Amino acid sequence: MTGTYLGMPAFPKAAADAVHNPTLRGNLRHATHTIRAKRAKAVGELSDWAELREAGRRIKDHTLRHLDRYLLQLEESVTAAGGTVHWAADADEANRIVARLVKETGESEVVKVKSMATQEIGLNEALEAEGIRAYETDLAELIVQLCKDRPSHILVPAIHRNRGEIRDIFRAEMGEWGRPTPEDLTDAPAELAEAARLHLREKFLRAKVGISGANFMVAETGTLVVVESEGNGRMCLTLPETLISVVGIEKVVPAWRDLEVFLQTLPRSSTAERMNPYTSMWTGTTDEDGPRTFHLVLLDNGRTDTLADRVGRQALRCIRCSACLNVCPVYERAGGHAYGSVYPGPIGAILSPQLRGTASEIDASLPYASSLCGACYEVCPVAIDIPEVLVHLRERVVEGGPAVREGNRVVLRPAKGHAAERAAMRAARWAFSHPGALRAGQRLASRTRRLHPRTLPGPGRAWSGTRDLPAVPPEPFRDWWQRTRGGKDGAR
Amino acid sequence: MNSRERVLGRVRRALADVTPQDRPYEEAVPRDYLREHGELTVRQTVELLAENLADYRAIVHRADGEELPLLVTRLLAERGAREVLVPPGLPPEWLPAAGPVRIHDRAADTPQRLDRVDSVVTGCAVAIAETGTIVLDGSPDQGRRRISLVPDHHICVVRVPEQVVSSVPQALERLDPTRPLTWISGPSATSDIELDRVEGVHGPRTLEVILLGRPLSA
Ligand code: SF4
Repeated sequence: MTGTYLGMPAFPKAAADAVHNPTLRGNLRHATHTIRAKRAKAVGELSDWAELREAGRRIKDHTLRHLDRYLLQLEESVTAAGGTVHWAADADEANRIVARLVKETGESEVVKVKSMATQEIGLNEALEAEGIRAYETDLAELIVQLCKDRPSHILVPAIHRNRGEIRDIFRAEMGEWGRPTPEDLTDAPAELAEAARLHLREKFLRAKVGISGANFMVAETGTLVVVESEGNGRMCLTLPETLISVVGIEKVVPAWRDLEVFLQTLPRSSTAERMNPYTSMWTGTTDEDGPRTFHLVLLDNGRTDTLADRVGRQALRCIRCSACLNVCPVYERAGGHAYGSVYPGPIGAILSPQLRGTASEIDASLPYASSLCGACYEVCPVAIDIPEVLVHLRERVVEGGPAVREGNRVVLRPAKGHAAERAAMRAARWAFSHPGALRAGQRLASRTRRLHPRTLPGPGRAWSGTRDLPAVPPEPFRDWWQRTRGGKDGAR
Repeated sequence: MNSRERVLGRVRRALADVTPQDRPYEEAVPRDYLREHGELTVRQTVELLAENLADYRAIVHRADGEELPLLVTRLLAERGAREVLVPPGLPPEWLPAAGPVRIHDRAADTPQRLDRVDSVVTGCAVAIAETGTIVLDGSPDQGRRRISLVPDHHICVVRVPEQVVSSVPQALERLDPTRPLTWISGPSATSDIELDRVEGVHGPRTLEVILLGRPLSA
């Protein structure tokens, strides 16, 4: 996987910065709480939600357990329908394939519909290096692209930006990329959307090559599905002569019928709508309707390594609805950028360290970016047990152990920088199993609390450098209990 | 080794724990969810469609065969449409004898040409009541995908009750996956700026749905 975000600080550092950014916190709080409430209502409309969720989980699990078979079937049906299938083991290979396909058309511009897979592999930058300009056409992605920012939410990538900022970005940057904004552009969302419409329409109407991802691929029929709201997806999927779709291998489902589950659970979980405004389905090419050439690039890039982990593989069930972000108390405060990956929030905390490995500081810290409250598991429409995977990955970070990297079995060493955590855990274990020592330690800590430093000395410094030490209470709990309730109840 | 073999090899090694006795697809996936939600009469289903379409800001009208051309004329006039795009197999009796210039969609037309058209009138393949969705499948009365996308005003005629189903599962049963399908639920919309909903970003700003048929009793 490419190091798209080199120099990214580890989660605790990035989160600490984000927590002190009031705009970000305010926007995120508003967004997550609004979507959360709407979602609960949309889900409540379906009395068989639990059954749909279970079916979704089982469809995805079954597909993953026989992924080789379904990928081959998909390849066959896409080819039979007039498409061409390419396989990419990693990001570099996928980028090379796409760049070559674009060059073969003789074009130097492409329009793109929002796709997490292409963000993951850093496709835009790779194309840029080959002299090809990729235009993001989703409104939020456009905002993010114009100001050279990064997305912070799966569903509403520019949620960290206010309307005033967006207006300034449009005014300053749109002219550089094509049609400039009107002189008197205000910050009313309707006006901003209109400016984007005019700016992008020019590109849609002349584009010869479109690039997309897909939400689902049906093995049985070779059908690809893109779910969206604005119509930019439809533009990219139907107006160009050539369409290139880059899709992770985990997006396949066995049968046409399986869509009946996900087309009910995905929109309600993500935008909290009964159905999103537009869903496009295409099977290869169709005479005179839509692109004449269709390429499907099947992307591995760490997915098979994730598949090899029996606990962690459930992360591949994810249908990217973003419901887990909106209920996560850590995401709400830390913001999407703190996760250092295109996959933020709880799903990012389990997916990124599996796709990329836990060698880097940010990836090693991600399994700790959670309070393990379990809200993410509750809302997940495919029932991914995110807390279970988090704990599993923490163990791997701290203890090391067997894993698969780029298809090879390896034995991971404990991640660097986590020695202090290990020591702290061992110390805690010892203290809890020695009640006398714990009691004495607490009393001592209470009495000396004014002298306590804000950070730990010695090996503990790395640990406390990014955490505020909890303040020690004036009186140990045991003493307080004895003094207040303890005596009355006769409890010891 | 090429990448295809490499990826497939990795998949197979990753799945070493899966035995050949693993449950087949039919058994592995429980289908005990509902085929439709609630027991509605045909009339109630059509009502629900109208309600959910309107809830997602489509404008809903009703007409029988005789009223249809007049209604279409009025809707086009209200938008000031000078040109209306028609797919090749649109029933001629749906449109008025006089009125805006009819543009017949031809493969040779550039997107720029389509962009100058004000309105489009199409039929549909199926409509889903529970979600307020119309589905187009590129049949002759619906035309190519682009014609319902580029013009800013889309009038879609749904034959009721024949083309109406209750639910997503029922709709998929009726559709042919080999055709290019477009599912439309309300007009184009975005909530990307501070979650304020704005209609009409790239798709048509206005979606009008005409429920065509005699009023249903009971
Ligand atoms: S993990 Fe579940 S809740 Fe989170 S984005 Fe994926 S499918 Fe949605």
